[in-house]
Amino acid sequence: MRARLTSPQALEKLRAELTARRDPKKPALSVCAGTGCVAYGALKLADAVREEVRKRGLEDRLEVRINGCHGFCERGPLVLCHPHGFFYQRVQPSDVGEILEQSTLGGKPIERLQYVDPVTGARAVRQEDVGFYKHQMRVLLEYNGWIDPTSIEDYIAVGGYAALAKALSTMKPEEVLDAIYRSGLRGRGGGGFPAGVKWKECRHAPAPDGVRYIIANGDEGDPGAFMDRSLMEGNPHLVIEGMILGAYAIAHPGHPVGYIYVRNEYPLAVERLGLALQTARELGLLGEQILGTDFSFDIQINRGGGAFVCGESTALMASIEGFVGEPRAKHIHTAVQGLYNKPTNLNNVETWANVPLILARGVDWFTSIGTGDVSRDPWGGSKGTKIFALVGKVNNTGLVEVPMGKTLREIIFDIGGGIRDGKQFKAVQTGGPSGGCLPASHLDMPVDFDRLTEAGSMMGSGGMIVMDDSTCMVDVARYFLHFLADESCGKCVTCREGLKHLCRIVDRICAGQGREGDLELLDEISLTVEKASLCALGQTAPNPLRSTMRYFQDEYVAHIRDRKCPAKVCKALITFGINDKCTGCMVCARNCPTGAITGERKKLHVIDQQKCIKCGVCQEVCKFDAVDVA
Amino acid sequence: MSEQHPFGAPVTFQVEGRPYEAHYGDGLLETLRKYGYEVPSLCHHEAVSPYGACRLCLVEVVDKRGRRKITTSCNFPVQPGIDVRLDTPDVVRHRRVVLELLLAMAPRSPELQALAAEHGVTTGRLEPDETAEDCILCGLCERVCREVVGANAIAMSARGTAKKMTTPYDAENPACIACGACVYVCPTKCIGLEEADGQRTIVRWGRTLPLAVCEQTGRAFTPRFLLEHYAQELGGLDEKVFRKAPPYR
Repeated sequence: MRARLTSPQALEKLRAELTARRDPKKPALSVCAGTGCVAYGALKLADAVREEVRKRGLEDRLEVRINGCHGFCERGPLVLCHPHGFFYQRVQPSDVGEILEQSTLGGKPIERLQYVDPVTGARAVRQEDVGFYKHQMRVLLEYNGWIDPTSIEDYIAVGGYAALAKALSTMKPEEVLDAIYRSGLRGRGGGGFPAGVKWKECRHAPAPDGVRYIIANGDEGDPGAFMDRSLMEGNPHLVIEGMILGAYAIAHPGHPVGYIYVRNEYPLAVERLGLALQTARELGLLGEQILGTDFSFDIQINRGGGAFVCGESTALMASIEGFVGEPRAKHIHTAVQGLYNKPTNLNNVETWANVPLILARGVDWFTSIGTGDVSRDPWGGSKGTKIFALVGKVNNTGLVEVPMGKTLREIIFDIGGGIRDGKQFKAVQTGGPSGGCLPASHLDMPVDFDRLTEAGSMMGSGGMIVMDDSTCMVDVARYFLHFLADESCGKCVTCREGLKHLCRIVDRICAGQGREGDLELLDEISLTVEKASLCALGQTAPNPLRSTMRYFQDEYVAHIRDRKCPAKVCKALITFGINDKCTGCMVCARNCPTGAITGERKKLHVIDQQKCIKCGVCQEVCKFDAVDVA
Repeated sequence: MSEQHPFGAPVTFQVEGRPYEAHYGDGLLETLRKYGYEVPSLCHHEAVSPYGACRLCLVEVVDKRGRRKITTSCNFPVQPGIDVRLDTPDVVRHRRVVLELLLAMAPRSPELQALAAEHGVTTGRLEPDETAEDCILCGLCERVCREVVGANAIAMSARGTAKKMTTPYDAENPACIACGACVYVCPTKCIGLEEADGQRTIVRWGRTLPLAVCEQTGRAFTPRFLLEHYAQELGGLDEKVFRKAPPYR
């Protein structure tokens, strides 16, 4: 049990004690235990590190730090070796002894564990030498590779809760609110609504009993996206401090009540947040009379209901209230009537994480990053950084944080290391399943809220899926339409029925049964789904379809008119054949699951098109490049 | 510190440029109907809260700052200074698509066929659901059952394209009092009520209850269970009241 801090000064005193006790030169091993690295065996690695340290009696000389996500999931498990800063990738438990011996004690890097740039062949000694990290601006994720997310002391030692102490001791709630307003911080969850505008509306909404709800939306449901998870798991106090500051700005004096709504599939985030809340309460940073002031606020965790649509703010609130997660119209903003019909300020996890940084480092620092001008209007630009989950056909997949305004090309090629297997870039989908697919002609577009929307896509929560030239864009649209039709709550006709029919039509096109007029019909229905649906899920659901129709119309035409799939993906539109490179080795015939391939040894084989199910196994097993797809 | 949000305050707004009066937050659809404007809708009933499912009552609203948006009117609160446009080209276009979608759900419903025809919409472009049961998931039956009757016998289950209106576990629900309110409000008449041999059956929910016989006329008039429900609910009334059909009490 920790001693309660009864004043902002007491917090600073604790921080001074913690930093004095910590020697920055003390050797430490940071092991990434984000979900990606855990999948690569990081937990076994962490055990091995602890065991090895114990065996060698190094407990007092070396710190072992188990962190949240370091970001470079592609090369996990990752280890950082302090104080030299050596960066090691694909580390196995058997490497631990050598790391301790050579690097920690010997101060020498181990070449074989270093990252080698696949393009330049250069070795990276430290994290900042890796192209993936070099071109990022890691502000929110800065301490993910250092702090132990289960230790509030770690967070305090790196300056945590200083913004809260400063706000409580020197700023009025209105001043905190004003700072956020002037910073131009916009919602990271999808819509890009200015946080300051929402906060102001919520603060000024009538609340007879003083109750205002402060909610963090951690219901991250986009396939392949894990920005919020990495923050909640890797640096939970950053999110919590942001919420406490928000509660102070929005609802003090009054009765702010906090919720963090976490996706149920994120058990580790729930655990880490729970522990963080508990330790913050022990220290008097949460609960009654925070830091000895007259400001009180507490937060509870609400586990998600397991539906994608619960990430929509009104559905999320219905879910907290115990109802089915169905959105309602927001003609009256939730800031005025939200949870239990009371003023409610909901922001995304990443938005909250920005708040302490803005207050600690200042509005000018924040507005110096990003695009546009927010000095007169918070809608005037996109400020700060944004975390993206960069996935798909790039060399370096992982979590990247960049300043707003970085171009797609910089993100995909400088950070992402370009397209895998030497293939060509074809499209990038931003903003999750309901984002649009942008073609190569948009690669030099700066990434910010407004430019993405203009291009027919969106920032969304920050998913970024890169596709290469082996991708069929009609098939991509089909995939996302089906995802969204499944995840639609089904309340309103346009979304539920509209998506159903869009799916049917696109299915038909992919099956080689497209008709003249299908493109017009798709356009008409999708426009109605966009304009006449009740919530943002429906209104943005046609994006993948509409953007691919806009930028890759030829492919739709090829499917419908020529009955061809140019990327050779749609099974109904391709045939497998064997060319004269065939040596008659019979490997394909042996592997064909339907026995469709006939031919004698050393003679050209033939595929029976009636029996062929187009699984592609023959092409995979052929060593002579003798199987063609047409 | 708070400004008072002016809910309920008298406001003026416009429809097609003509000024009207209402209260801040009034439902736009009902206000329009009050002033004699015709706006089609299938999921709205004045007795229950707005839901916004059928998307037919689309209008275009121009706000004070001149921004236009398409919205359903049933769940849109009247605000000062808005100008409501009824049958703009965009409204007409989207409403027709909505009708096509609805018609594919309930291709056999005469009510829907008539409404679609009124708006020049015919079947053909969209494949109707082969398993269509003429339910358009407007949710009126559920809202009436919950908000007016208070029985909570039915609800939506599942989500997305699998969504359906049903009783818990698709089984006969003892909470259903076979009052028939759901049957009455259903816009596509797809629930069904049958009375025979002194019994009433709500067809879609599979609920059958014996009917009470009126002492005056000797005719069955309402489910006995329902009478008991109301006797308990209202309390203190002479039980003789419930032996006769309402006109003879």
